[in-house]
Amino acid sequence: MIEKLIQEIKDTFGEASVVGSDSSGLQPSISIDAADLRAVCAWLRDHPSYYFDFLANITAVDYYPEDRFAVVYHLASIPFQQQLTLRVEIAHDRSLEHLPEVPSVASIWRTADWHEREAFDLMGIFFTGHPDLRRILLPDDWKGFPLRKDYQDPEEYHGIPIK
Amino acid sequence: MLDTKYNEGYVKYKDKIEHIGSTEMVINMGPQHPSTHGVLRLELITDGELVKEVIPHLGYLHRCFDKHAESINYTKSIPFTDRLDYLASMNNSHAFVMGVERMLGIDQKIPKRVEYIRALVCELNRIASHLIAIGTYGIDIGAFTPFMWCFRDREHIMNMLEWASGSRMLYNYIWIGGLYYDLPVGFEERCKEFVQYFKPKITELDDLLSTNQIFISRTANIGVLPADVAINYGCSGPMLRASGIKWDLRRVDGYSVYPELEFDIPVGKGEVGTLGDCWDRYKVRVDEVRESVRIIEQCLERLRTDFKRDVDFDPRALVPKKVNVKAQNYYVRAENPKGELGFYFEAQDKTDIPRRVKARGPSFNNLSVISELGKGVLISDLIAILGSVDIVLGEVDR
Repeated sequence: MIEKLIQEIKDTFGEASVVGSDSSGLQPSISIDAADLRAVCAWLRDHPSYYFDFLANITAVDYYPEDRFAVVYHLASIPFQQQLTLRVEIAHDRSLEHLPEVPSVASIWRTADWHEREAFDLMGIFFTGHPDLRRILLPDDWKGFPLRKDYQDPEEYHGIPIK
Repeated sequence: MLDTKYNEGYVKYKDKIEHIGSTEMVINMGPQHPSTHGVLRLELITDGELVKEVIPHLGYLHRCFDKHAESINYTKSIPFTDRLDYLASMNNSHAFVMGVERMLGIDQKIPKRVEYIRALVCELNRIASHLIAIGTYGIDIGAFTPFMWCFRDREHIMNMLEWASGSRMLYNYIWIGGLYYDLPVGFEERCKEFVQYFKPKITELDDLLSTNQIFISRTANIGVLPADVAINYGCSGPMLRASGIKWDLRRVDGYSVYPELEFDIPVGKGEVGTLGDCWDRYKVRVDEVRESVRIIEQCLERLRTDFKRDVDFDPRALVPKKVNVKAQNYYVRAENPKGELGFYFEAQDKTDIPRRVKARGPSFNNLSVISELGKGVLISDLIAILGSVDIVLGEVDR
């Protein structure tokens, strides 16, 4: 199924839309070019023979010490009982002034709203076009992104020592 | 200094709160309020008795599960998973353990007796979790008796699970490759007695609450969640089934021994109101308790005949000394009492510490629909809607 799907995505959105794929593990995954992500997701959701209407999970992954991040999307199709994993790889120099950017899919699946806020909050991935991107689990004035592997714990928070 | 665009969302939110209309008022519900079922804070923009907008604020119980899990090995993470949805600890560790076992490739080798014990304790815990949901929902609406009855019956389950695992709520009982111990001698008989005791009690509870006219007036046609909205918001479990979608991962994925067990999947029918209203969500839970009782009876039957107790049986026989998972990615999902609980693993070579573990809590996704359901309802109805979602803050905040 996965080869056919990759071919169809390539036919519809061009050869460059699929960056790579991995079918060695238990669950095959497709790496999508960030620029095409929103179009591919909308197509996957509405396609009559795939119909991935359920976004189960969004995970942001830090590949420290390599300078790259990934955002992993787990989709499920309720009528066809299928699962699919999409990945977006982002090369980034880990600077805190300019965060890695990925297009938001909150307009396609509303559940992405909170998942993307969590990824922004903890991993510092900026989702362009998100309707309401602010921190969700940590306080609004928190500095830094704790799930990054190079994160340093602060000495104190509002005068309270936390080390 | 961060680019200002990263702060735009916060500025927009502050702006909205500061510039509400002259007839509107901002009311804080929680974080210390019993009807929010934990430390959840809802910021309501109200116009008189009507809620115009609900802005949820989470994170008061954030205990950094993801960060902990990527700094310790897989086995040590199991007690942390117990603390996600602390009302259904068995189900949490079952999902986590299943994921690791599949990555190790030992999931087909687990002895049947172990799998049946897992299904048994998970279903017992599912009943306990649903009893809390039903009981506290009654008290949200103003019915006190069901709350006392539910907690009385739940205590029997807590005592049994304490007998098996040594702990009342946070068990650490299901281990990678096996169990902490076999069931204590006499557990099956005591469980059988409990089932005999409990069956009339759930009928009694159903009679008392489900057809109560006051309860129906408070819940029927309130907080109607259409199926397409539920799917789009990632709702799962009783929330999705109450909207009429027959989606139960125990059947869809057929994990553990669930394909060998007979049970139905209750769905909402809109019996007293509209399909997908608060009453349907409540009723699906009551029906699921009955189905869980059926599963428990079958498990007990198999545990006393085909897979009976044996002095040579070692539930730790397959427990690995060191969890050597090859570098791979895996997303495991399982049916928790509250919905789809998922764990996403990114394992790395030559170490038993994963690169990344992400917990997908069902309550987190189920709660996200509250701003949609809460638009334009009365404040008192918002309490009824929030109660019917059945959240556990330990899992929302992780």
